[in-house]
Amino acid sequence: MSRSPGLTDAPSFSGCFHCGLPVPDGAHYPIQFEGETRQACCRGCQAVAQTIIDSGQGAYYTHRTVLPATPQQAEAELAQLGLYDLPEIQESFVRVEAENIREAALILENIVCAACIWLNERHIAGLPGVLSVEINYATRRARVRWDNSRIQLSAILKAVSDIGYIAHPFDPGRSDDIYKRERNTAIKRLAIAGLGMMQVMMYALPTYTATDMTDEIRLLMRWASLILTIPVVGYSAWPFFIGAWRDFKRRMLGMDVPVALGVGTAFVASIYSTFTGRGEVYYDSVTMFVFLLLTGRFLEMNARRRAGAAVEELVKLIPAATTRLPHWPARDEEQVPVARLAVGDHVLVRPGETLPADGEVVEGDSAVSEALLTGESLPVSKRVHAKVVGGSLNQASPLVVRVDKLGADTRLASIVRLLDRAQSEKPRIGQLADRAAAWFVGLLLVITVFVGLAWYFIDPSRILWIVVSILVVTCPCALGLATPAALTTATGRLTRLGLLTTRGHALETLARATDLVFDKTGTLTHGRLSVRRVVPLGGRSAEDVGQIAAALEAGSEHPIARALRQDRPEGERLAAYPSRVLREAAPATVTASDVRNTPGRGVEGTVNGQFYRLGSPRFAAAGEAPPESAGGESWVALADESGLIAWFALADTPRADAPAALAALQRLGLRLHLVSGDAEAAVKTTAATLGIADWHAGALPEDKLAYVKALQSEGRIVAMVGDGINDAPVLAGAQVSIAMGEGADVAQAAADMVMLGSRLATLGEGVALARKTQRIIRQNLGWALGYNLIAIPAAALGYVTPWIAGIGMSASSLLVVLNALRLSEFKQEAKPVPAALRSQLSTLR
Amino acid sequence: MDILLLLIPLSLVLVGVIAWFMLWAARSGQFDDLEGPAHSVVMDDDNPPKPDDAPKT
Repeated sequence: MSRSPGLTDAPSFSGCFHCGLPVPDGAHYPIQFEGETRQACCRGCQAVAQTIIDSGQGAYYTHRTVLPATPQQAEAELAQLGLYDLPEIQESFVRVEAENIREAALILENIVCAACIWLNERHIAGLPGVLSVEINYATRRARVRWDNSRIQLSAILKAVSDIGYIAHPFDPGRSDDIYKRERNTAIKRLAIAGLGMMQVMMYALPTYTATDMTDEIRLLMRWASLILTIPVVGYSAWPFFIGAWRDFKRRMLGMDVPVALGVGTAFVASIYSTFTGRGEVYYDSVTMFVFLLLTGRFLEMNARRRAGAAVEELVKLIPAATTRLPHWPARDEEQVPVARLAVGDHVLVRPGETLPADGEVVEGDSAVSEALLTGESLPVSKRVHAKVVGGSLNQASPLVVRVDKLGADTRLASIVRLLDRAQSEKPRIGQLADRAAAWFVGLLLVITVFVGLAWYFIDPSRILWIVVSILVVTCPCALGLATPAALTTATGRLTRLGLLTTRGHALETLARATDLVFDKTGTLTHGRLSVRRVVPLGGRSAEDVGQIAAALEAGSEHPIARALRQDRPEGERLAAYPSRVLREAAPATVTASDVRNTPGRGVEGTVNGQFYRLGSPRFAAAGEAPPESAGGESWVALADESGLIAWFALADTPRADAPAALAALQRLGLRLHLVSGDAEAAVKTTAATLGIADWHAGALPEDKLAYVKALQSEGRIVAMVGDGINDAPVLAGAQVSIAMGEGADVAQAAADMVMLGSRLATLGEGVALARKTQRIIRQNLGWALGYNLIAIPAAALGYVTPWIAGIGMSASSLLVVLNALRLSEFKQEAKPVPAALRSQLSTLR
Repeated sequence: MDILLLLIPLSLVLVGVIAWFMLWAARSGQFDDLEGPAHSVVMDDDNPPKPDDAPKT
């Protein structure tokens, strides 16, 4: 990290005190901090920093590890905050506790490090009338309780925006509640099983080893073990019994059946021998077995958590409230919840606002970003009669839109449905494993019955103990743990490498993947334009024309303007903060005046007394043809009154680490494909630069899905790497999907795996680790089977005393877990720079 | 060995107490966020704010 965030380790730090951007010349926004005067880059940063320091939370600046985004609060959004106080809007997300006590769930935006959590917690808790606030670090969600007679919800939201964050109320929904309850129950079951196991083991060990134990002590220990095992079997192991009962009713044999049978039989037999004083007890085996299995299930549950959220996240694109113009063309406005809109209503969408529904523009001329819906990074020009899509973002100027489609009829809703369907079409490899296990279980039960029958004729008094021995010793514990133990270890290791797994089958499929399909935008490239070449004409210098262009574009948010304004290449980190790139302006030696913007064409204005035009060749170059192009570049012309003075070639550039990462993937034997929605020239250039032979341009989401399906029909196993919502159906259609963490949230939630950083090398490491995981799983299964092949006959012949069976079973499962743990030592190829960690340590001094 | 006649029931009681404590911890949300508190412990205010800029409560 070249920009050092903290103050303690960078005393000569010259950027903005709050956000770290360069302070423009002539800007004067002083902040008093610890007796010193610091400079902010803009009024927004100054206000935020002053609020933080004045409320006594200046420690944030010494503890933060990542710089915050520059505060940019749309005025319109602030005006809407008052809406959240209306009871009919609060209905969906506020829980009324007592007369005036309210509770709401908030999603916090702009949270980047632990210091942000601390700052928000302290700030909200310090508001009069707020009763409690909890922020979950992992989910970035807050739960706030307040006294409605002393503070309004809008005031709380306002307070959050005062310190530079954005809080949205949201309806946590049933799925969240259910998950929370399930997780809580699982923890309780695990705790009971763990405690029971430890204590029963304490009682069991002496009975195995001690030689001079009296019978009454032995009996006492048995009774104590019985008392401890009752809750373990009756509460912790309850899901296994329920599962087994369900399997029984459906006439299927799942993994729960032998578990329930083994636990049940061993427990009943132990009770029998405790009461009669004859035979062995297996309380230790029972409790340990239950604990180990619950641990596996709990770890699995956590890893699979993120899957269901996809659709929810998509729907959140639609804002909660909007501005309606009830008597359009009259300009009187009213704020209404989106749910109250009707087809034919007119809504006013200001710049920075999200369109609430599909419709047609009836007034205004603006650029709208549909990036989240189509993956198209450039804003689309929209004027009167143009169709607009709900969920897209208005960027340039106000639009009046007539609502055509609402709710379930919108394009966004249909994307959600497509996503749903693609998800339900997913191959269920996991079920195959379950079916194999069912055969094993069936076989085991048959064997047990035969062995029981055989012993009935040999020595009836030993039947029960031998049958229990078989069930205990073959407890498919090792078999059951073999896969989840390896998977959980591998997913944990992968997460630390920067690849988050959200689906149980992802690793397995990734290991078998034969083809890797990339979506170009934002995956292999930065997903935004930058100046690739400058061709100055008429004796001008490249620097000179660059400055003029930057000055002309100083006030625009258009991607082309951003590209022209940045005069030097910046690192990956900056790419994540477009607002930051935006200020990476050319030295402010020249400024433009009388700037006029012609949407879709270009800008014109006066710089140093000279009149210039900058824009499309038709706008600025009077139709003159641009120079020969390498392909994939778009040309912007700069002209003065006498004619053309420069050409700028703009293009989306590949990530710096892409060639090495792709070479590593090819070494692993993967076939690489590039399927992009972009124009042919651009895709061709990227593919050529990166050495990808298979590329396809101009692909719609449907085409991408068809391409993936075609590969699959050839028997290939496809891993899809992409970002953006338009990829979501394709991501779900591939056997395994990987989303870029920088991409849209929805794609993340819909993908089997998410890349947390932008390091493409993670992909190769992921594949290598996935393959190693498969090897470990195979070793584990081999061990489990081999063990059972020896143990079952031995137990059937009566050679295995129950305590040997118990130890054998435990040792077997322990071996499996230890083998799986080897995965956590998997080394990544290139050492990452633990910059965040280092700066954290240095600020902690 | 006779002491075991006392110690074993005692251990049962202890396990019961611990189990109750664990259940209480789970119920009261101690396990809800296993990540945040690790960070927040280093975030505690070492330098308490001066009286004149104390939080406006």
